[in-house]
Amino acid sequence: MSAPRYDAIVLGAGMSGLSAAIRLAQFDRRVLLVERHSLPGGLNSWYKRAGRRFDTGLHALTNYVPRGTSGTPLAKILRQLRIPYEALQLAPQRRSEVVFPAERLSFSNDIGLLESEVARAFPASREGFARLIECVRSANPFDAQAPFASARARLLEFTLDPELVEMLLLPLLWYGSALAEDLAWDDFVILFRSLYLEGFARPEGGVKTLLDLLVARAKESGAQLRMNCPVRRIVVEGGAARGIELESGETLACDQVYSSAGWVETRALAGAPAPQEDRGWVTIFETLCVTRTPHRARGHDAAITFFSQVERPRWREPAELVGFESGVLCCSDNYQTREEPAEGLLRATLLANHDRWSELPEQEYAAHKRAAAASLEELSARFVPDPRPQTLFRDGFTPRTIRRYTAHAGGAVYGSPLRHRDGLSGIANLFLVGNDQGLVGVIGTLLSGITMANLHGLYAQHT
Amino acid sequence: MTREEIVDAIKDIIRTIAPDEELSGLKSDVRLREQIALDSMDFLDIVMELRKRYGVQVPEEDYKELATLDGCVAYLHPRLKDRPAKVGV
Repeated sequence: MSAPRYDAIVLGAGMSGLSAAIRLAQFDRRVLLVERHSLPGGLNSWYKRAGRRFDTGLHALTNYVPRGTSGTPLAKILRQLRIPYEALQLAPQRRSEVVFPAERLSFSNDIGLLESEVARAFPASREGFARLIECVRSANPFDAQAPFASARARLLEFTLDPELVEMLLLPLLWYGSALAEDLAWDDFVILFRSLYLEGFARPEGGVKTLLDLLVARAKESGAQLRMNCPVRRIVVEGGAARGIELESGETLACDQVYSSAGWVETRALAGAPAPQEDRGWVTIFETLCVTRTPHRARGHDAAITFFSQVERPRWREPAELVGFESGVLCCSDNYQTREEPAEGLLRATLLANHDRWSELPEQEYAAHKRAAAASLEELSARFVPDPRPQTLFRDGFTPRTIRRYTAHAGGAVYGSPLRHRDGLSGIANLFLVGNDQGLVGVIGTLLSGITMANLHGLYAQHT
Repeated sequence: MTREEIVDAIKDIIRTIAPDEELSGLKSDVRLREQIALDSMDFLDIVMELRKRYGVQVPEEDYKELATLDGCVAYLHPRLKDRPAKVGV
């Protein structure tokens, strides 16, 4: 193959690809990062429409901690990537909420609020909830050898009211479970800390603020970035990855390939397809609605509202185009920014069925999208101020849109239910980063890129 | 490099990794991890920065030698005394 030769080629300039590239380049590895699109970010990117900038993935950055806190995931990421805390310009939430048919619970970046909410709404569960918090604080969820344990099964030990269990689980499932109806106990611990013990914030300027920092760090560290550069295949010879071939026909040689394409997608690129059932199923339908007045001026201060219309919402692929049982309403203007927001932005999200959207005839697709958006806006109005009389601009996307922009099979946003914690792909010198390696969400995937680059690229070759 | 330059080099590396930590009052004979918040990932970064900046290889069995600033100097001085000090990266 032709020169130049790289120590590592990273596929995809999303959160995990960028963080892996930064780590490797920081320690003088020759790194090439290739991205299919013209903008970085993958699922967590942004676009401009009607004079405004919209985030595509980010509702909130989880794991919020104030400046100076060390040892938490956010602090570790910033240190490992050499990004100063202030550069993120984090605006913390005021509060968020979980709303079920019979009860509602507020939570904030201070666990005390959720504790008092639980004591108010579920007094008999107060002691069990305190034990749960202690258990989550002291657990070690990072033992790669630990066998799978169901979070639902472990939660029975704390004798919590069944409705409280559902209410606590809903945000965690929405922000991190690629499994149906449940999540692994270790993931429960990590997510409970991320959402309830630490909390939500949003960078001022949205995901672009974070992406600009990551791209700048990658370049400063010496990584080479190639945008608009789709990959045709990963070159495998003798059972080991040797390089990549671009859609343009150009081949590039390297010692290691780090792929953020996903487990199923990476195996396909390497000519060794994984079983279809390994494909992820979590995909979404989302609408954006800019309103004339910010939400707080209309009496609503929650950043995120996780709602369920039923007592026990299902967490599985809906049979129809979208599932209306539960959803997430994000008022992006409800973070404590330095400048008061001029208008409101509601992002409403439902589970969706990728294949149903894909099968729609082209002439029916737009009408179904409009109808789903109208139903979702009507539903939203039961939990947050009605966006409809105030709408300045609206947009929306379906699993088809996600598939197009992320190249993830089935438009899966959380990757395969099958995790590959060690990052091994089954092919030598080819490693997985991102959702399918570790945790989901912006923080989870940033950590994935860092830990896989450390493990396979830096520590392994250091001693 | 002199012993003083080695202390400065270590502090400079820690400043790069952990810019929020206050280093002015560091005691040279007390374990670094008891004085500032450094986890195992941070410690490995110190080792990798030493190699990157000064070409010094610290094998895993010697990590314990780097627990204090005094330990760093004792371990690194024989290995670095003939090298010129570099400032920053």
